[in-house]
Amino acid sequence: MGLFNNHDKVERSATLLLILSFVVVTVGGLVEIAPLFWLDNTIEKVKGMRPYTPLELAGRKIYIREGCYLCHSQMIRPFRDEVERYGHYSLAAESMYDHPFQWGSKRTGPDLARVGGRYSDKWHREHMHDPRSVVPESVMPGYPFLAKTELDYEHIADDMRTNAIVGVPYTQDMIKNAKADVVAQATGEDTEGLVKRYGQKTFGSAVPLKARDFDGNPKKITELDALIAYLQMLGTLVDFKTFKPEGENLR
Amino acid sequence: MANPERDEVTGTETTGHEWDGIKELNTPLPRWWVWTFYATIIWGIGYMIAYPAIPLAHTNTKGVLGTTNRSELKAEMKAAEAAKGKFLAKMKKMSVEEIAKDPEMREFAVHAGKAAFKVNCVSCHGSGAQGAYGYPNLNDDDWLWGGTLEDIHYTITNGVRYNPDSNEDTRTSDMPTFGGPDGTLTPEQIDAVAEYVLKLSGQKHDEAKAAEGDKIFHGDAGCNGCHGDKGEGIKDVGGPRLADKIWLYKGDKASIVSQISKPKHGVMPAWKSRLDDATIKALTVYVHSLGGGAKS
Amino acid sequence: MGVTIRLTQMALLGAGALLSIFMMANAVDTPFAIHMGIFLIAAVLGLIFVGRSLVGGVQPPSQDEYFDTVVRAGIIATVFWGVIGFTMGVYIASELAYPWLNFDVPWLNFGRLRPVHTSAVIFAFGGNGLIATSFYVVQRTNRTRLAFGNLAWFVFWGYQLFIVLAATGYVMGVTQGREYAEPEWYVDLWLTIVWVAYFLVFFGTLVKRKVSHIYVANWFYLSFIVTIAMLHLGNNMAVPVSFFGYKSYSLFSGAPDAITQWWYGHNAVGFFLTAGFLGMMYYFVPKRANRPVYSYRLSIVHFWALIFTYIWAGPHHLHYTALPDWVQTLGMVMSIILWMPSWGGMINGLMTLSGAWDKLRTDPILRMMVISVAFYGMSTFEGPMMAIKSVNALSHYTDWTVGHVHSGALGWVGMITMGSVYYIVPKLWNRARLYSETLVSWHFWLATLGIVVYASSMWVSGIMQGLMWREYDAQGFLVYSFAETVEAMHPYYALRALGGAFYLVGGLLMAFNVWQTIKGNIRSGEAVAEAARA
Ligand code: HEC
Ligand code: HEC
Ligand code: HEC
Ligand code: HEM
Ligand code: HEM
Ligand SMILES: [Ca+2]
Ligand SMILES: [Ca+2]
Ligand SMILES: [Cu+2]
Repeated sequence: MGLFNNHDKVERSATLLLILSFVVVTVGGLVEIAPLFWLDNTIEKVKGMRPYTPLELAGRKIYIREGCYLCHSQMIRPFRDEVERYGHYSLAAESMYDHPFQWGSKRTGPDLARVGGRYSDKWHREHMHDPRSVVPESVMPGYPFLAKTELDYEHIADDMRTNAIVGVPYTQDMIKNAKADVVAQATGEDTEGLVKRYGQKTFGSAVPLKARDFDGNPKKITELDALIAYLQMLGTLVDFKTFKPEGENLR
Repeated sequence: MANPERDEVTGTETTGHEWDGIKELNTPLPRWWVWTFYATIIWGIGYMIAYPAIPLAHTNTKGVLGTTNRSELKAEMKAAEAAKGKFLAKMKKMSVEEIAKDPEMREFAVHAGKAAFKVNCVSCHGSGAQGAYGYPNLNDDDWLWGGTLEDIHYTITNGVRYNPDSNEDTRTSDMPTFGGPDGTLTPEQIDAVAEYVLKLSGQKHDEAKAAEGDKIFHGDAGCNGCHGDKGEGIKDVGGPRLADKIWLYKGDKASIVSQISKPKHGVMPAWKSRLDDATIKALTVYVHSLGGGAKS
Repeated sequence: MGVTIRLTQMALLGAGALLSIFMMANAVDTPFAIHMGIFLIAAVLGLIFVGRSLVGGVQPPSQDEYFDTVVRAGIIATVFWGVIGFTMGVYIASELAYPWLNFDVPWLNFGRLRPVHTSAVIFAFGGNGLIATSFYVVQRTNRTRLAFGNLAWFVFWGYQLFIVLAATGYVMGVTQGREYAEPEWYVDLWLTIVWVAYFLVFFGTLVKRKVSHIYVANWFYLSFIVTIAMLHLGNNMAVPVSFFGYKSYSLFSGAPDAITQWWYGHNAVGFFLTAGFLGMMYYFVPKRANRPVYSYRLSIVHFWALIFTYIWAGPHHLHYTALPDWVQTLGMVMSIILWMPSWGGMINGLMTLSGAWDKLRTDPILRMMVISVAFYGMSTFEGPMMAIKSVNALSHYTDWTVGHVHSGALGWVGMITMGSVYYIVPKLWNRARLYSETLVSWHFWLATLGIVVYASSMWVSGIMQGLMWREYDAQGFLVYSFAETVEAMHPYYALRALGGAFYLVGGLLMAFNVWQTIKGNIRSGEAVAEAARA
């Protein structure tokens, strides 16, 4: 057979084997990844998506640091049971500012894509402190140390600048005021600037922005403040009244 | 390979190469393997014709079936709604009282409400609606905000102390902070009034201090304004009944002192923005049916 | 000549030490400072080591045919990290059954320890096994010593440093949040350097081979090394927030980021856990069975088909997500086409035993290798099945995936590696045979039982979980709350931890057996398999 005789050449040249193998393993990735950047339907066009506020961004860092994504997905699939349990299926647009994405691959705990607003801050405080005190069946670890650790937001402007480099539309104004905005959102005081930068005027009618003391300790800005601020905004941005599930949006 | 070597055991030719004692047989490809391989490829081509598959310049091939994950869901939801359609349409028009009176509708609503309860409420109120520390039991007839269908409907729709700034309809009443530097009561007074609460709830107490507390309760502190003159509770302001053994928090002295010094102000979300009208009605009928639903 | 090389090495190490000090002094966060400290310690140890050999007189390069000291170190590391990785597995499995084991301590939390487990078993245990055996195999099948002198030692120690940085990072919360690619940017850069060195040693050895044809085991090892390099670079494109801090943000976001990650993640399975270990299989199974490889032609077809098709299958990790449908279709189709190329490897492995099946009765090491290939066949049947969208709709997000992972990981990866370790240890240390083959037999049964308990409990719990999530009552309403499904999993989580414990005990027996063999002990009164004497 021709194939088997010609293969002799490959077996006798390490370089040929190397080059051929490399060519063969590049094809699939190119075809599957590159077009996503030019096709029109990769990311739906929706109203309401805004970048994370500095406090939410800090909360997201903690979410990643603690490995929450290993138990929680943030991706509601288009199935009847999932939309009835968690809410509208997730859109690609909803994670377009997520570097990295946190869709997850395992649901040891429930999906969190739309957990924002579902519970009170107090519930989250108790739940993060000792999950089994509110949900006796839970196997989630307790994170009591978050409420005790003050949030380090000294360099949060650098985080935003880096996000801007990779494509998140943070403005100079946002970056300059990052630390002040952390304080404003975690205390609920002097929020005009925060609201101007991230609120409805800038990002459309439905955009919610929650500013208050999240961890029940107004004296301190803790890691728990940041994490709850992040959890409470998850899935609340997109205005689903303006999303039409038809045409290219069905893909 | 003029004179191929043969393997003694199988009688198959070898390729004539040898590496560190390893040789290779020149066995042909197993037939079934080749055919199954081809079959998967042919099936794959068929599948790619049927469904969205190939990226083009602006969009991708849509597949001859013309369906997608999201369009399939749309059809499924439509079918599911159609199956429940008769009930749902009726439910939208009926009031919660009417639903509760109509046996067929009531049964449907209890089912729907139970499902919605499991999905949305159990994390706070517990798997059996039995409540938890700070989260009321919904099985009993002890109500903070009232146990009629109307009351329950209102609580679920608007929540309790839920974003009062942007949600004017939410139920609010904040028990004052009596302790601490800004508090209006001294530690001794708090101790006394706590003894009085112990007395109200029929627990062991210090009679002298309780008498002292009685005065504070009905006096400057004005506890009776929210909890009633006999500690029977006032539902309009969500003031819990203190003259019983059912507690939202705990009934021991330390917990009572802590509540008076620094009240917890529990929050229950408003469900109107998250759940549709029919679901909230169903939840109301379900919660009402749990045992303690009051008539009017 | 030797002296100049040593001096260059010392200059490089010295520069590395200075750089570490500089980075440490400017660090903006503690974990980064600690990691630079670890780099510094490594550089200083290197300096002491190289310096001493310089003072003691530089030895002329070894004239031995084969460079085996580094292989010995690699095998010891494999066993060591295996035990650590299995222990971490049992611990996190127990945490899910008994959550108080988290102890409310950050660095004992499930979320931080899980990546320690996955990296310890895949990269530390599996990776050391692959590096060590590839060095052993490439020398023997090409009849030449490893290329580039002591560079292989750099590969070995550099790789251990990578493992230590990764694991200590996770417990401190240093992670990119990308499964199987958790290490942060500077650790990624370090691994890139080590991997390039690994490639140079392996490929250089192939180039200077003393045989005309390259043996099939090396095709697989080479494709594994090259593809992992590509995947690692592609998936870790990220911008650090500061050159003096650990945090970085990935270049892509959302859907494109997801597919990049699973292009990597799936092919970490395809090339690390599959192609690499197939290389291992193609050498150690025919050696141990003392039989020729079943079919050369099958080797060719399944090799090229496997490496081409694997790359496409990543989207099966993203079925029904917000990734556009067309990518999911391609991923599903290619996953199913991947079935036969995968089974080509199984056929070649199993059929190599034709004419030697009787050896299974007496040789526990061969038995281990064979059951490993059987598990390979099973998980590469299960995988394509789970890649079917309607099956994945049920299995995704559940323990079924975890069951599938571990039938591949414990069964295929674990067993082929441990079988190869048993084969290689007496050869490397010039022992007549292993300390005890009875212990190998015990290990075999403990591990097999452990896998069966592990995988079956996860299948049951996964399918149960999937069904409970979507269970509807007659009126068309959901039946279970999420908390009820969590409660239902408890017995299976406990059972899984037990299965894992069996597997771990097997691993400990192996460590003991290997240690005794290295010491030169032989357990008396044992019947010895024929192959052990061959
Ligand atoms: C070991 C797995 C595990 C880890 C790690 C974990 N969780 Fe959970 N989580 C669970 C489980 C199980 C539940 C469901 C039971 C409950 O509500 O506690 C849950 C529930 C939740 C909920 C309530 C969701 C809902 O809709 O009811 C939130 C919010 C949450 N987790 C946040 C987090 C955050 C934030 C982290 C990381 C800091 C985290 N979890 C880490 C297992 C985990
Ligand atoms: C974040 C936790 C939380 C969730 C989720 C929650 N509740 Fe509540 N609920 C509370 C708290 C706290 C109270 C008591 C508020 C107070 O102090 O008056 C309450 C009170 C109530 C009451 C009034 C009880 C009374 O005695 O008057 C009803 C009825 C109720 N909840 C029903 C529901 C239903 C139905 C759902 C789900 C759709 C739900 N709750 C979800 C926290 C919650
Ligand atoms: C403005 C209304 C108001 C006043 C005045 C008030 N309370 Fe309350 N009280 C409440 C409400 C509302 C709650 C339950 C809500 C919460 O804090 O979560 C409550 C809860 C309590 C509880 C806990 C009940 C349980 O079931 O756990 C105790 C004990 C109590 N109050 C005692 C007092 C005493 C003693 C005073 C006077 C010194 C007082 N309250 C004054 C509104 C009031
Ligand atoms: C003693 C043996 C082992 C035990 C008890 C064990 C246990 C576990 C547990 C509890 C998880 C987490 C599952 C979850 O999140 O629900 C896990 C994940 C994982 N383990 Fe193991 N493990 C063992 C051995 C191995 C080995 C040998 C390998 C690989 C060679 C491996 C590879 C993995 C992988 C890849 C995951 C991630 C799975 C996923 O994300 O779906 N494990 N293991
Ligand atoms: C033909 C071969 C295979 C195919 C098509 C395949 C397919 C799949 C599918 C469909 C999933 C589930 C994805 C999800 O729903 O999240 C999966 C997960 C996984 N498989 Fe396989 N599999 C194959 C072979 C293997 C082998 C041999 C191993 C291991 C040694 C393995 C290791 C894994 C791991 C680690 C995961 C978990 C990934 C994660 O979610 O973290 N697979 N595989
Ligand atoms: Ca605070
Ligand atoms: Ca990385
Ligand atoms: Cu995969």
